[in-house]
Parts: sequence; C-alpha cells; structure tokens
Amino acid sequence: MALEILKPGLATTVQDLGRPGYYHLGIPLSGGMDRLALAAANLLVGNDEGDAVLEAVFLGPEIRFTTDAVIAVTGADMPLKIDGVELSTWTTLAIKADQVLSFGFLKAGARIYIAVAGGIDVPVVLGSRSTYPLGALGGHQGRTLKAGDALATLPPKRAMAPGSTIAPERRRGPGTSPVLRVLPGLYWHRITAEAGNGFFDDTWKVAPEADRIGYRFRGGRPLEFVPREPPFGAGSDPSNIVDSCYPYGSIQVPGGTEPIVLHRDAVSGGGYFMIGTVISADMDLIGQLQPNQKVRFVKVTMDEALAARKDAQATAARIRASF
Amino acid sequence: MPLKTVQSPLPGIFYRKPAPDQPPFKSEGDMIAIGDTIGLIEVMKTFTAVVAEEAGKIVAFHLENEDAVMAGECLYDIET
Repeated sequence: MALEILKPGLATTVQDLGRPGYYHLGIPLSGGMDRLALAAANLLVGNDEGDAVLEAVFLGPEIRFTTDAVIAVTGADMPLKIDGVELSTWTTLAIKADQVLSFGFLKAGARIYIAVAGGIDVPVVLGSRSTYPLGALGGHQGRTLKAGDALATLPPKRAMAPGSTIAPERRRGPGTSPVLRVLPGLYWHRITAEAGNGFFDDTWKVAPEADRIGYRFRGGRPLEFVPREPPFGAGSDPSNIVDSCYPYGSIQVPGGTEPIVLHRDAVSGGGYFMIGTVISADMDLIGQLQPNQKVRFVKVTMDEALAARKDAQATAARIRASF
Repeated sequence: MPLKTVQSPLPGIFYRKPAPDQPPFKSEGDMIAIGDTIGLIEVMKTFTAVVAEEAGKIVAFHLENEDAVMAGECLYDIET
C-alpha cells in the first residue's frame, strides 16, 4: 500500500479519462471532470495521460504516504502542503514515506487532481478505473474515499525529475472567464424566440446542487414554451418530451426554470427537452466552477464548435510536447 | 481574550438553523464547546456540519442564514 487516507475530503474519487462505450446501456462516461488537468497531473509524474488519479472537489483530502513517491497536483487553485510546508502545484514533487499531503482552503476553481507515479492501482472495470459512485462501479470499491482507506500504486513508468513544471501560460486554470459555448439542439423549436434570446442574454449562477452528474444553474428568466398537444409518451409539462438520449454536455431545463448541464456521471436518457449542448471544448471549464459563480451561455455554430475542439486539442498537445 | 475568526472549509450555502422552522444552532453571545455544531454548509446535495474546533464565546457571525459562502470566507468570530 502506498497511500493511507487520513481525511477523505468532501467527495474524493479515483478517476481516469473515463469509460466511454457503455452510455447506450445507461453507464455514463465518468472520468475526470477537468480532463486537461487530469492528463497534466499524470504527465508531471511520468504516467500515461489516462492513468488513474484522485479527483477531490472543494475540500482537499489528507493523505499519509507509506512509501516514497513522486506526486503532482493540478486543477483548482488550492494550497498544497507536505508535512505542513506549502509547495507548488502543477509541479513534480517527491514525497517520502510517512509524510502527509494536505491542502489549504480552495481559492479558485473546484477540483484538484492528485497524480502519483505509476497511477492508482484499482481494478479496471469495463475498461476504466474511474469511480461511478451512483452505480457503485469502478474506482476504490465503487465509492468516494473514506478515512482509513488504503490505496496501492502501480510501478512507475518513467522517471520525472522533481521540480518539473508546466509553464503557467500552458495551464488552463480556473481564472478562465466562464463563458460556456452552446450548440442549440433538436428541441430548440419548443421554446419561443424571446425565450431563446433570454437564455443567452441572462447571467446564470451555479446552484449548490451542481455535482459530477450535472451542473445546475439558476438566476436567469424561466423559458416560455410554444404551446402544443403533448405527443403520445410525453408528460404533460411543456418541458417534457418523448424519452430521448441525453448527450454528454446536453442542457435540460426541467419545468423551464433551471438549466442542468449533464456531466461525466449523468443519466443517459429521459423525458426532458434539451435546449442545446455545451461544446466538448468547454466541459472541463464546468468541472472547475464553484457554487454561486456567475456564467453566461453563448450560442455557437457547428463550425465554431469544431474549431474550438481543435484549439482544445492543440492546448493539450502543447502540454504533451513540453515533456 | 484573543479573538479568532473561523473560516468556511467549503463553498456553498451557509445555514444557521437545522431546519427553516427551528431556532438557530448558535447565536451571538453563546458559549460553545469543541464539537458543537455552529451551522451547515450545503453543496452537491450534501449538508456538511460546521463543527467548533475550539471552545469559547461567539462574538459575531459574518453571514446570515442561507447566505452564499466561498471556501475560506469568514463564518464567525470567537473569543477563546
């Protein structure tokens, strides 16, 4: 065993880049909410980008290492300490057996990624080590970590010199202005033109319910729907549809009041209309949003969404190339 | 007597009452013991108790019931 969890934090889980390929069976993607930060943490310790790390949200865990290890922490801005001494994030660090990794109060962003050389050794379930707590699948016993848990690591793959770092301009930190780009969806015709404009004009606030399943927003005007006779199979509320697939990133608006962006642990289908889909390039940014933070949604075309995806891939490639 | 400020460990919504129709956990001027619940923070559908780590007298609350709170924000002052 290499890691002993002294304090688990709020909802710390083992995550890798996820479990694609089973969403049609109701098993979500899971994996890190901020995939770029997760991959960066892995690269800093000589791992493959998709090795398993710990994802902690809002509150850092306290971990005693029982063997010497090489670690790195990326993602949200949260002070990192080894035996109480503050050290740099986004940097390769050596930690010795019996030393304790802990964290200060979150300053910005939401989620940190703690990578250990070799990667966290939990069983691979359906091709991934990611935890899906709602389905008790994957990760460490299918759940968030508890005090007293012991985690092992796999043998390190490549040596990384302590002090290696990712240049600040290459980090996509929580400082990035929270504007989420949206491609309007198949059900756009269900709302009035005025409601459609209002959705993009209004400023929304992250609701405290926001989690790995979905990010809920409030504060904007309620949507007004185009009147209709409910089709067979759809509920009577105007926001109901005949059950449909929910894509990753889709924005459902139950009752027309509070938009929910479905994220890594989302359900795969249901009967709420979707106004559109947050583009894949902006999904990592959602993973770094705090409750009460203000965001705006901006309408984009498919061409703009594809260009943004290329940019996001180039950002990831630049980080990869720096190793 | 030294005055200390206790910060919020989490972002979310701060509640000073266990339920809307109940009195506050603690009020200004109350003496508190280690382990007393001072309030709740709601985030991700979870309510986390804010538990006193030091005994003393609550001098002031910095937040009202149901106020939004950021991690590290001041919750209350205590005289120890």
